[in-house]
Amino acid sequence: MNALTGGNYTTADGRKIGNTMMEMKNITLRFGGVVAIKDISFDINEGEIRAIIGPNGAGKSSMLNVISGFYNPQEGEVWFHGKKRPQMRPYQVARQGIARTFQNIALFEGMSVLDNVMTGRLTHMKSGMLSQMIWKGKAEKEETENREVVEKIIDFLEIQAIRKTPVGRLPYGLKKRVELARALAAEPKLLLLDEPMAGMNVEEKEDMSRFILDVNDEFGTTIALIEHDMGVVMDLSDRVVVMDYGKKIGDGTPDEVRNNQEVIDAYLGVAHD
Amino acid sequence: MVHATTASAGLDTIPRLLARNVAKYGDKPAYREKEFGIWQTWTWAEVAEEIEALALGLLTLGVNEGDHIAIIGRNRPYLYWSFVAAEMVGAIPVPLYQDAVAEELAYVLDHCGARFVIAQDQEQVDKVFEVHDQLPGIEHMVYLDPRGMRKYDHSALTKYQVLQEKGRADGDRAELNRRRDKPTYDDTCVMLYTSGTTGKPKGVVLSNRNIIETSKASSEFDDLRAEDEILAYLPMAWVGDFIFSIGQAFWTGFCVNCPESPATMHSDLREIGPTYYFAPPRVFETQLTDVMIRMEDASRFKKWLFHHFMAHAKKVGPDLLDGKPVGFGDKLKYQLGELMVYGPLKNTLGFSRVRVGYTAGEAIGPEIFDFYRSLGINLKQLYGQTEASVFITQQPDGEVRSDTVGVPSPGVELKIADNGEVFYRSPGVFVRYFKNDESTASTKDAEGWVATGDAGFIEEGSGHLRIIDRAKDVGKMADGSLFAPKYVENKLKFYPNVLEAVVFGSGKDYCTAFLNIDLTAVGNWAERNNIAYSSYQELAGHPEVLATMQSHVEEVNASVAEDPMLSGCQVHRFVVLHKQLDADDGELTRTLKVRRRIIEEKFADILEALYDGSSNISTETEVTYEDGRKGSIKATLEVRDARVFEIRKVAAE
Repeated sequence: MNALTGGNYTTADGRKIGNTMMEMKNITLRFGGVVAIKDISFDINEGEIRAIIGPNGAGKSSMLNVISGFYNPQEGEVWFHGKKRPQMRPYQVARQGIARTFQNIALFEGMSVLDNVMTGRLTHMKSGMLSQMIWKGKAEKEETENREVVEKIIDFLEIQAIRKTPVGRLPYGLKKRVELARALAAEPKLLLLDEPMAGMNVEEKEDMSRFILDVNDEFGTTIALIEHDMGVVMDLSDRVVVMDYGKKIGDGTPDEVRNNQEVIDAYLGVAHD
Repeated sequence: MVHATTASAGLDTIPRLLARNVAKYGDKPAYREKEFGIWQTWTWAEVAEEIEALALGLLTLGVNEGDHIAIIGRNRPYLYWSFVAAEMVGAIPVPLYQDAVAEELAYVLDHCGARFVIAQDQEQVDKVFEVHDQLPGIEHMVYLDPRGMRKYDHSALTKYQVLQEKGRADGDRAELNRRRDKPTYDDTCVMLYTSGTTGKPKGVVLSNRNIIETSKASSEFDDLRAEDEILAYLPMAWVGDFIFSIGQAFWTGFCVNCPESPATMHSDLREIGPTYYFAPPRVFETQLTDVMIRMEDASRFKKWLFHHFMAHAKKVGPDLLDGKPVGFGDKLKYQLGELMVYGPLKNTLGFSRVRVGYTAGEAIGPEIFDFYRSLGINLKQLYGQTEASVFITQQPDGEVRSDTVGVPSPGVELKIADNGEVFYRSPGVFVRYFKNDESTASTKDAEGWVATGDAGFIEEGSGHLRIIDRAKDVGKMADGSLFAPKYVENKLKFYPNVLEAVVFGSGKDYCTAFLNIDLTAVGNWAERNNIAYSSYQELAGHPEVLATMQSHVEEVNASVAEDPMLSGCQVHRFVVLHKQLDADDGELTRTLKVRRRIIEEKFADILEALYDGSSNISTETEVTYEDGRKGSIKATLEVRDARVFEIRKVAAE
């Protein structure tokens, strides 16, 4: 459908895009009689920023939930690193190196920023409950190592000043950043962002965009994001999937998508049959 | 000339001080920085190794003796080391303000002809790149934080640590030793640019003698020791930071702590608990406001406890600090207060261990000053300039007052000119302005006296210097008495209700004033007293507000009257303006300083009413809205007469 499918190219700003990392093949997701996703296929290449856009109720978040293993599609296959993924629970998907943030912030409000971000390391902790309780040997060493990773992320996202602040006391924009920090703490290969800029002012959006680009650039993390702000999507992403009423109506570079008549119709609101 | 001193025991350059510190305090912490949530520490021996590696690296880049190396960034140990590394290879470090925009950087980089730039991060590197076309002289940049820098063309760009590695591997050690041994006491140590509030920034050349003599004298003045701790958070391009974090640190061997980020400064302050601390009045003001707001939310008992003990502290705290006799009961109560209020409060503020604290830069409100002193924090004032390597006057322990700036620092001579301008001469006096002989000549005379541009006088009896105003603003009134507007304005502005004050009277029979209410403070008061108002203008003209302002003016008059020299400056008549003076309307500078001429012209009708005896004045003023549109507001302002006081005769003793 477009020239970039298949990966293995270098972007204009010098980032290397690798092979296909994830492939969604003919996904259909139904809730009873409601068809949320209708026979959609697309792929995500290693190292790219892939956006999923579409009007309200298009099925974007459902798609993200399929990737993260929260929903299991009735039809279709999810291929990850060249292997077909069997039906999985979300924690199993997380262990494969996929982390996400949520549209409505899902943090532990009463816990400090540091503790919240530390929970992102859960998949990397191996010591048992008993050894964590007595706090000796392996558990202690593990905590130190995990803390080091977390501190680097805190430094990276410039949230040192709120390290010890309970999340409940933070403004919205910062909570979003803490969520990103927690997702990054899992050191994911694929990062799923569900509307990372929703409800933010211009300045916060600019900051968040910068962080998303930096994450992609510095850690080489592949990113799939859902976003409503078209300006942001077009600036950030390498390729865009456009959904409308559960169907894929466009796929390609921001420029290709922008000139796609079906996409224009969906956004400007042409009567549906 | 006063330059008769010689360096003690060969300690005549910063690199030689470093060698001394390695020998004397090798294992003692020299620099700390909080990174990744932990305080990372470097001992003097480690610092010396780091600096040497960087210096060797600079040699591999082809740095020549006499080159200028620009340093841009926030307070980080690595950047402090680059000052010393530059000096080691015979180059001159030039720190620049990190928040300067690209064009401002371009002027300074071009003026000093820097060939090399050491920048903190991508932001600073980008700024230099932005103006690179205008600066063909820049050959190579070194950066500290690699974030976002991976894709840059590295042919003229090197990472700090990579340069150090290169230095360790390929640096010419013999050449480094040759260059390190060469400088003398009178060679340039550093070049600092003045902030340039009046015209273009000027490069102030300071010699090793300037820096080391000043550091030595000031360290001895306050008995600074190797065990002291400071927090380095003020701009590196400011002379004070250079003296505190490099000059005095290398002289006494104390430890310099760098905060994790500007935003964490307060929690880092608490963790370090510095023993020697500097902050501009603004910082102390904000901290005090924070404390007061938090106390407002405290429980009634805690509030009572706080106010009760603070009243006691105000009474006896300063005397205790100055070692004056205090009654036994009062002493006991103060100790109880220390246990319950003062101690925990100082801990919260991060001042538990402060032995010597300074404030300078502008006048500090007496209430703010007394608040900290009454807690037992040894806060003092100093008066200084870049051209003096900071210190001109400072307050010795036990002689601290909010209205003076202290006695001449050791080695400093003072002279007051006929027009009241303060002149000084000291071993710290700068060598020259870089590439600006004209300014050098007009600032520093052949005998080494430097004009400060400030008017002041030396108080009889105590020998303390009191600064009254900028020399160019000081005038004479019709009867010949001294007119110093800022002196009175500052007194007025110390009231929380008064945001801005402009005093007139040069060449007139009496002084008058324009006042601006502080909307936050007065609005808060109105809310608590159920006074309804619909606009700034209405609140400013409210009879009760006017009465409050009148009482402030009269209190100030009473305090001005106590000063025989300045008692002519009492405010006889005043108006509370119907609009806030604003930079958008040209009434203030962008740094929020009053522009007298403009205000005089713009409000000429009101000013006239202040002198023709009328009791009110109708006026129309043009205003600029934030989006650039213009409009006008009409108002009738009440002109109020304030009580003035007899000049209090000094009682014959």
